[in-house]
Amino acid sequence: MNITEKILAKASGKDVVHPGEIVDANVDMIMVHDLTGPLAVEAFKKIGVQKVWDNKKAVVVLDHQVPAESVKAAELHKTMRQFAKDQKLQIYDIGRGGICHQVMPEKGHVVPGTVIVGADSHTCTYGAFGAFATGIGSTEAAAVFATGKIWLKVPEAVKIKVTGQFQKFVTPKDLILSIIGRMSVDGAIYESAEFTGPTIEGMSIAGRMTLCNMAVEMGAKNGIIEPDETTRNFLEGRVKTLPNFDSLKSDKDAHYARTVKFNVSTMEPQIACPSSVDNVKPVSKVGTVPIEQAFIGSCTNGRIEDLRLAAQVLKGKLVKDGVRALVIPASQEVYKQALNEGLIEIFSDAGAIVCGSACGPCLGGHIGLLAAGEACVSTSNRNFIGRMGSTQASVYLASPATVAASAVTGQITDPRTIEAKT
Amino acid sequence: MNMKIKGPAIKFGNNIDTDVILPGKYLILVDPYELAKHALESLDTSFPEKAKNGIILVGGKNFGCGSSREQAPLALKYAGVKCVLAESFARIFFRNAINIGLPVIECKGISAAVETGDELAVDFEAGKIENISKGKKFQVDKLPPFIIEILVDGGLIENLRGRLSKK
Repeated sequence: MNITEKILAKASGKDVVHPGEIVDANVDMIMVHDLTGPLAVEAFKKIGVQKVWDNKKAVVVLDHQVPAESVKAAELHKTMRQFAKDQKLQIYDIGRGGICHQVMPEKGHVVPGTVIVGADSHTCTYGAFGAFATGIGSTEAAAVFATGKIWLKVPEAVKIKVTGQFQKFVTPKDLILSIIGRMSVDGAIYESAEFTGPTIEGMSIAGRMTLCNMAVEMGAKNGIIEPDETTRNFLEGRVKTLPNFDSLKSDKDAHYARTVKFNVSTMEPQIACPSSVDNVKPVSKVGTVPIEQAFIGSCTNGRIEDLRLAAQVLKGKLVKDGVRALVIPASQEVYKQALNEGLIEIFSDAGAIVCGSACGPCLGGHIGLLAAGEACVSTSNRNFIGRMGSTQASVYLASPATVAASAVTGQITDPRTIEAKT
Repeated sequence: MNMKIKGPAIKFGNNIDTDVILPGKYLILVDPYELAKHALESLDTSFPEKAKNGIILVGGKNFGCGSSREQAPLALKYAGVKCVLAESFARIFFRNAINIGLPVIECKGISAAVETGDELAVDFEAGKIENISKGKKFQVDKLPPFIIEILVDGGLIENLRGRLSKK
C-alpha cells in the first residue's frame, strides 16, 4: 500500500484497502473556521446530539474575515466563540493564531499518520507532515462533530517524483505551479497526489506545505509526503507524542495510477495567469504586465521562509509608485519571527503595508480587494474570475520572490533580473 | 425528495469554480435565499431570474472546483437548481451538494449533448438521463445506496438524525 492507503486502512480498522473502496474512517482531528464554522454549528444543532464526539479533536480558527470588517462577520465570530465555549473546544481567536493551515501544525494539531478533515479546501496542506488531510463542507463537519467518523473513497494515487536542485529565486511555489500547469486543474481529480524524490526529501517544511496546499488546485483529494527527519524537527516540541514513521512509508510495490516526473534544475520562475491556476508560463514569457497590487501571504506562501525571500528582494528598495504591496505573515508566530529578524522593518521601509495574520485579500472577502481593470500579482493559490474583488480584475499567482520583484518594478518581473541584497 | 426530475437545462462550460458560483464577499450572508440572489452572477447576472422556476444545471469537467464553501451549492439550490449534471465534479462540491440534498450526477458526454433550453428528465434511482428535446438518452452509474438514502432523506443531517434515532 502507499502511505495514503496505509493511513485510511488503519483509520477504518482494516488490514488492507484498495482504490475505489469506500471506508468509514475515524477522524483524528477536525478544523472549522469563521466562514465555514457557523453553517456547521447550525447543522450540528439540528442533528440533536448535545456534545461534540471528542472535544480534544476539534479546533476552531478565526482567520478569514478578521478582524471583523462588518457586523455580519462579527456575528459569525460570536457564534464560533460561543460554540467553542459551550463545547470546550480549542479556539484560536484574533491575535492568538493566524491562518488555520499555519496554526494547525504550529500548535501541534497535525500528527503524521492521522486522518484530519477541515472545513476548508486547503486542509490538504497537512499532507506535508504525512497526515491524510482533506477538505470537507460545513454539513459534513457537523456530522463529524456528532460522530467522529466520515465516509471516504480510497483514492487512486499519482506519484509526483521530483529531482534536481532549484536555481536562485526558483522555489517550491514555482514547482507546484509548473506541476499544475502540466497536469491541469482537473489532472488529479479524486486522486491522492504523493510528492516524492530527492528534491522533496531535501525540501523544508515550508516548501512541502506549499506543494501539498495546492494539490487541491489540480483536483486532488489530498497531497502527501512521507514524514522524515525534517518533519520530526518541525513537530518535536509541538506534538506531545510522535508516532513511529516506519509504518508511514509507501511500500516499494505500492500501487499508483501513474507516475509523473519533474526536474527543477532548469526550471524558471513560473506564474499562473488569469483566470485558471493551470494557465502557467515562465515569468520571463508573460511580456509587459503592469500591476496595481502585490500580495505576499496566504496559507500557500505566508511563512517565515517566504517573508525572508521577499525581504531579500525588497531590502533597500521601494515599492513602485502606483503599486500597493501587502505583506501578511501567516501566523502570529511567523509575525513575531519576522519582527525579530527585522523583516517587518524592511517591508515598511520599502513602502509595503504589513497586515495582521489572516487570510487577507486571497479570497476577496475582506481587505485588499481589487477594482475593475486592476491587476494583482499574488503568492496565494487561486486566480479565478472575481476571486479578489471585481470580476473585471486580474490575478496572477507566483512565488514571493516574483511578487516582491514585481512590486519594485510595477510590472510582472522575473526576480532573477533584479539585484537583491543578501 | 422526488427521485425523478424534469426541467429546462442551463449549460455552462468546464471548471466552473465555487468563486464564480458564489463569490467570497457573500460568505458572510447566512440566509440561503440571500445567497441565491448572487448565484453565478460573475458569469451571468440574470442567472437567479432564469433559474427561479426550476432548472437543471449542466456543466463540463471539474464542476465546482476550488473552495469548500457549502454556500456555493446552497446558492444554486435556493436559486432554483433542481439537479446538477456534469462530465466530472470537484470532490468537495460533489459531497457538499449531496449533503445539502442537491442531487449531482456525473454523466460523460452530457455537455456536448445538451444546449441551454433543452428539456431534460433525470431518474436518480435508475441512473437514467434523457434530453427530451433532442431525443438523447444516457445511462450512468447509479450512486451507492447510502448516497441515494441521503438524497431521499433530503440531506446528510436529516439522514443522520434518522440513523442516530434507530440506534
